[in-house]
Amino acid sequence: MRCDLLQSRAASLRIDGLMVNEPGMTSSVVLRAVELGRRVGEMVLVQDVSFELQRAEILAVVGPSGSGKSSLLRLLNRLDEPTDGTVYVGDVDYREILPRELRRKVGMVTQRAFLFPGTVVENVRFGPAARGEALASERLEDLLREVGLTGYAKRDISNLSGGEAQRVSLARAMANDPVVLLLDEPTSALDETSKLTVESLIHSVVRKSQLTCVIVTHDTQQARRFADRVLMLDHGRVTRTGAVEEVLGA
Amino acid sequence: MLKHLFGSQLGLGLGQAGVAALAALVVVFLARRRQIHLEGEAVIALVRGLAQIVAVGFLLVFLLKGPPWTSVFLLAFMIVAAGFTSAKRARGMPGAFRVSVISIGCGAGSVITIMTWLGVISTPITSLIPVGSMLIANAMNTNGLALNRFRSEVLAHVGEIESALALGADPALSVARYSQSTFESSLIPAIDSLRSLGIVWIPGLMAGMLLSGARPVYAAIYQFVVLSMIFAASGLTSLISTVLMRAQVFSVNEQLVLRPVMEKR
Repeated sequence: MRCDLLQSRAASLRIDGLMVNEPGMTSSVVLRAVELGRRVGEMVLVQDVSFELQRAEILAVVGPSGSGKSSLLRLLNRLDEPTDGTVYVGDVDYREILPRELRRKVGMVTQRAFLFPGTVVENVRFGPAARGEALASERLEDLLREVGLTGYAKRDISNLSGGEAQRVSLARAMANDPVVLLLDEPTSALDETSKLTVESLIHSVVRKSQLTCVIVTHDTQQARRFADRVLMLDHGRVTRTGAVEEVLGA
Repeated sequence: MLKHLFGSQLGLGLGQAGVAALAALVVVFLARRRQIHLEGEAVIALVRGLAQIVAVGFLLVFLLKGPPWTSVFLLAFMIVAAGFTSAKRARGMPGAFRVSVISIGCGAGSVITIMTWLGVISTPITSLIPVGSMLIANAMNTNGLALNRFRSEVLAHVGEIESALALGADPALSVARYSQSTFESSLIPAIDSLRSLGIVWIPGLMAGMLLSGARPVYAAIYQFVVLSMIFAASGLTSLISTVLMRAQVFSVNEQLVLRPVMEKR
């Protein structure tokens, strides 16, 4: 058990190294899915999905409802267990890392914010606090400024709009200093005005932090605005993948 | 009124049981008119309850004459039966029966053992079985409430729990809020019973003690003793139950396995 924990910790430190600005590191593969699949009984949710992403690259996963987009995303941070294949974060097979360590490094923002009862600051501090660390005040202020919520720290989450809640959700994920960010239709539950604001904000945070990012969206226009590459799914299988123009047309 | 209709004590008892069951069925009928369907469960519970208590009545005639150690087997049987009944309150929850038997066994069993060893519960079977069964029955109710509440809380907060997991929280932290509310709500009946002792509720055991010649003050104090033991047994059961249930709803890879039936693609 102790050996497993030490191995997990060592693997985790190797992943931390992915964010260090070392010469040559910018071109390294940060996330690699290898023949990833998940079946539940007779139902195939995801089948034989492979791709790799380099640092600061953004992949949009598109496809019709029920095509396996969200299922694929849940496999990438191991909220669900793959029945086939695996995922590498850097050169580390994610099964070598404690799931909680993995999820800290592969952050996620979901369609609904699912904030915890309490204040904005309590939500943003949740991730670091979960591993016994305190989020420095300066870092907290930076995060809130980045998501456009300066002065919101003490506000109760019940007084936030949908767009504000989604920004808190982004700040909360960023507080863990992730290497990869997974976005599951992060603006689909918002009204049209908030949608573009939040989308542009997420985009700027992702670009500024040089995060590797996978965004699930059913909105091809959003995929064009957001992504470098597109992966199209249907019935859990990859039907097309490549640069945005190649897959979605010019 | 019933006394005039029935000549024998057994006949009177059956008549009284019939009238009491009728009152329960009236409630079931009223609930049905409000689209709340309890018919099947209530009728089965009434028939089963009557059959069981009559069978136990016959059994006690023999057991009460037996050596004290036979009470161990009887209490163990009660714990397993309580676990079975309790587990039905958590349909779809993996390992509910095992969790229930262990929780009730450790919760009520340890209180019964320690209190008997200290002399708070007398060892004769006539004392140990009635008091022990009260502790087990209350632990069963608490466990049933805890299972039911925890299952509902988890199913109602899948998004929040998985958000916590996605932020790197361990399973215990991700359901801490729901474990706490489960524990608190499952103990409401035990706390209310203790709080209302003597004002709203005078337990039957006290009447029995008075009828058998105990001094009224001692009989009264012993009710407090019994209710305190019930609280201890129920509290311990709920504590163990919430910890064990938590382990059941997550996989070894810290994934939430208790989720609504349809998996989103």
